[in-house]
Amino acid sequence: MNWDVIVQYLPRLLDGAVLTLQLVAISVLLGLILALPMGIARASQNLYLRALPYAYIFFFRGTPLLVQLFLVYYGMAQFDVVRQSALWPYLRDPYWCAIITMTLHTAAYIAEIIRGAIQAVPPGEVEAARALGMSRTQTLLHVTLPRAIRIGLPAYSNEVILMLKASALASTITLVELTGAARTIIARTYLPVEFFFAAGVIYLIIAFVLVQGFKLLERWLRVDACQGR
Amino acid sequence: MQTYKKFLLAAAATLAIGSQAVAAEKLKLGTEGAYPPFNLIDASGQVVGFDIEIGQALCAKMKVECEVVTSDWDGIIPALNARKFDFLIASMSITEERKRAVDFTEPYYTNKLQFVAPKSVDFKTDQNSLKGKVIGAQRATIAGTWLEDNLAKVVDVKLYDTQENAYLDLASGRLDGILADTFVQWEWLKSDAGKDFEFKGDPVFDNDKIGIAVRKGDPLRERLNTALKEIVADGTYEKINAKYFPFSIY
Amino acid sequence: MIFDLHGFGPALLAGTLMTIQLALASLALGLVLGLLGALAKTSPLKPLQWLGGTYSTLVRGVPELLWVLLIYFGTVGLMRSLADLLGMESLELSAFAAGTIALGLCFGAYATEVFRGAILAIPKGHREAGLALGLSAPRIFWRLILPQMWRIALPGLGNLFMILMKDTALVSVIGLEELMRRSQIAVTASKEPFTFYMVAALIYLGLTVVAMIGLHFLERRASRGFVRSAA
Repeated sequence: MNWDVIVQYLPRLLDGAVLTLQLVAISVLLGLILALPMGIARASQNLYLRALPYAYIFFFRGTPLLVQLFLVYYGMAQFDVVRQSALWPYLRDPYWCAIITMTLHTAAYIAEIIRGAIQAVPPGEVEAARALGMSRTQTLLHVTLPRAIRIGLPAYSNEVILMLKASALASTITLVELTGAARTIIARTYLPVEFFFAAGVIYLIIAFVLVQGFKLLERWLRVDACQGR
Repeated sequence: MQTYKKFLLAAAATLAIGSQAVAAEKLKLGTEGAYPPFNLIDASGQVVGFDIEIGQALCAKMKVECEVVTSDWDGIIPALNARKFDFLIASMSITEERKRAVDFTEPYYTNKLQFVAPKSVDFKTDQNSLKGKVIGAQRATIAGTWLEDNLAKVVDVKLYDTQENAYLDLASGRLDGILADTFVQWEWLKSDAGKDFEFKGDPVFDNDKIGIAVRKGDPLRERLNTALKEIVADGTYEKINAKYFPFSIY
Repeated sequence: MIFDLHGFGPALLAGTLMTIQLALASLALGLVLGLLGALAKTSPLKPLQWLGGTYSTLVRGVPELLWVLLIYFGTVGLMRSLADLLGMESLELSAFAAGTIALGLCFGAYATEVFRGAILAIPKGHREAGLALGLSAPRIFWRLILPQMWRIALPGLGNLFMILMKDTALVSVIGLEELMRRSQIAVTASKEPFTFYMVAALIYLGLTVVAMIGLHFLERRASRGFVRSAA
C-alpha cells in the first residue's frame, strides 16, 4: 500500500466525496417529494388511481440505473427537439442528468416504500379518525401520513444508503464524484488497489454517518414507540 | 438436495480461474475496440482496424498465431500486466508515466494532438480564447493528461470512458471542442457524423509517439521490434497505411 | 418492428445470454456466501459472529461498481503472487470471473441477512427435536433447518436476484460483452443512443418479468402444505 500517494491525492478524493453527497442529498429529497403522490395513489382503494403510477414504477424498478442514466444523458441528445428545447441547458449538463435520473429512479422505490407504510397503518386508527368526524384529507394528513412516515423511515434510510452506492454510476457520464475521482487518479498513477480502497473507506464512513443520523432521527420521531401494534 | 449440489458445482466452476501458459506459437493481442479507425468492433463482433492489421502483420512475421482480445481503455495496462494478453497494440502513446508500468517497442506511428470544434464556431486555441470552454477528451489518454497539465485552470475538462462518447457529446453540443489524436479525428471528420466539424488551429503537441506495449522485461519486445522493421522494409506497412490514410503516418 | 436495430439484433441477443449467465453464476456464488455468512453470524462462536457481521457490513457499505472495478483491476498483484506460489506461468481473472465474484460478494452480503432471519424464524423446538433424536449438528442443519429456511428466505432472495440482474449491467464497465456493453457498441456504430439503450431497457424489463414469474412458481412450490397467515 502506497500511503504517501493516497495522502497526496486525498483532497481530490474528498472533492469527489462532496459531489457524491450533493447528488445523493438532492436526489433522495426530490425523489421523496415526487414519490409522495405516487405512493398515496398506489395505496388508494380506487383501481384506476392505483394503476396510474404502476407503469412508471415498473419501468424504473425493472431496468438498471446505468441504462436509465445513459438513456437520459446520451439518449435524449439523439433528438433535435430536445436539443432545441428550453430544457437543454439543464440536460446538457451531466450534473443535472445525474440528478434527474437518480431522482426518477429513487422515486419509484420510495413510492413503493410509502405504499407499504400506508398499508401498514392499523385500519383501526384510520377508522377511529373517520369516526371522530375527520374528513378523508384530514385523516390522511393527521393520522395516516404521520404514522406511515414512522413506519417507512427505516426503509427510507436503507434507500438513501442504496442511492449513495448508486451515485458511483455518475462517474460513467463524466462526473468526477468519489468513484470518478478515484478512476481519474488511477488513470495517472496506475495504483488501482490504493485508490479504490481509499474510495471504499470514504463510502463506508459516509454510510456509517448517515446510518447514525437516521438512528437519531428515528429516536427523535419516536419510531420505536409507534411500531407496536 | 440435487438443487444444492448444482449450486455448489456452479459456484465451484465460477471460481475456477482460467490460466494458460504463454506458448511460443500462440499469442494474445490486446486492444481496446472503441477507437476507429485504429481499433473498433464491427456489427458482426469482429475487432478490426489499423492496429489490428499491423498487429496481425507482425504476428505473421514472427510466425505466431494471434488471438485478438479487447479490454476497456481505463484498465488496459493493468490487463496487460495481468497477462490477459501478451502485447498491447491500441494506439497507445509512449509516456514516462506508462513506461514505469510497461515496456514499449519502437514507435509504429507518430501522432499529433489537435482540437476539433464545430465549423460554424470561431474557435481559437490560445489560452485566452479557450477560457471557460468545455473541452472533452478520453480518460487516461495523452490528450486527457495534456489538458489537465496545460489547461486545467482555463477550460472545463470533461473525461470520457470512450472517444465515441466524447464525439456524441460534441455532436449534441455539450462540448465546445475535443482534444484528441489528429488521425483518429481525421477519420471521424470525414464520416457523416463529423461533417459539421473541423480541425481548429495547429496541433498543440506533435511528437506523440505511438508504441506497442509489453510487460516489463518481456523479450517479446525485441521480436516485435524486428518484425516491425521487416514490415516497414517490405512494404506491408505502407499497404496497410494506404488502406486507412492517404498520407503516411509512420 | 418499431426499432431499426441496424443489424445488431444478434449481438444484443448474445449480450442478453451473457447477462443471464453472469446473473446465474453470481447467484450461485452469492447463495453459498450468504449461507456461510448467516451460519457464521448465528454461530455461538464470537470470532465467527464477528467475521459474518464484518463481511455483510463492509460489503454492503461500498458501491457495487467499486467492487467490480476493485476486483478486476485490484487483484492483478494478488493473482501474480498466487501464480508464483502455485508455480504456474500465469493466472488471470477474466471479466466474467471478476464480475461474478464482485456481484456474488454483494449478493452474499445481503443474502446473509435474509438467511439469518430465516434461521432465526425456525422454532427452537425443531433443533431440539433433532438433538433428542440423536442427529448430528450438520445433519440437523442439512435435513431440518435448510429445507425450512428455503421457504422463509425465498421472497427475500427473489428480491435480491432482481437487484442482481440489474447490477450485471455494471460489469460492462470492465468490458464484459453482456447486454449493456453490446448496446454501447451498437450505439458507437449507429449513433442512435436512445434507440439502443431503450431496447436494452426493454430487454432488462423482460428478464425481470421472467424472473418474477419464475419466483412466483418457486414460492408456490416451496410453500406447499403451508397456509399463508394473514399479515
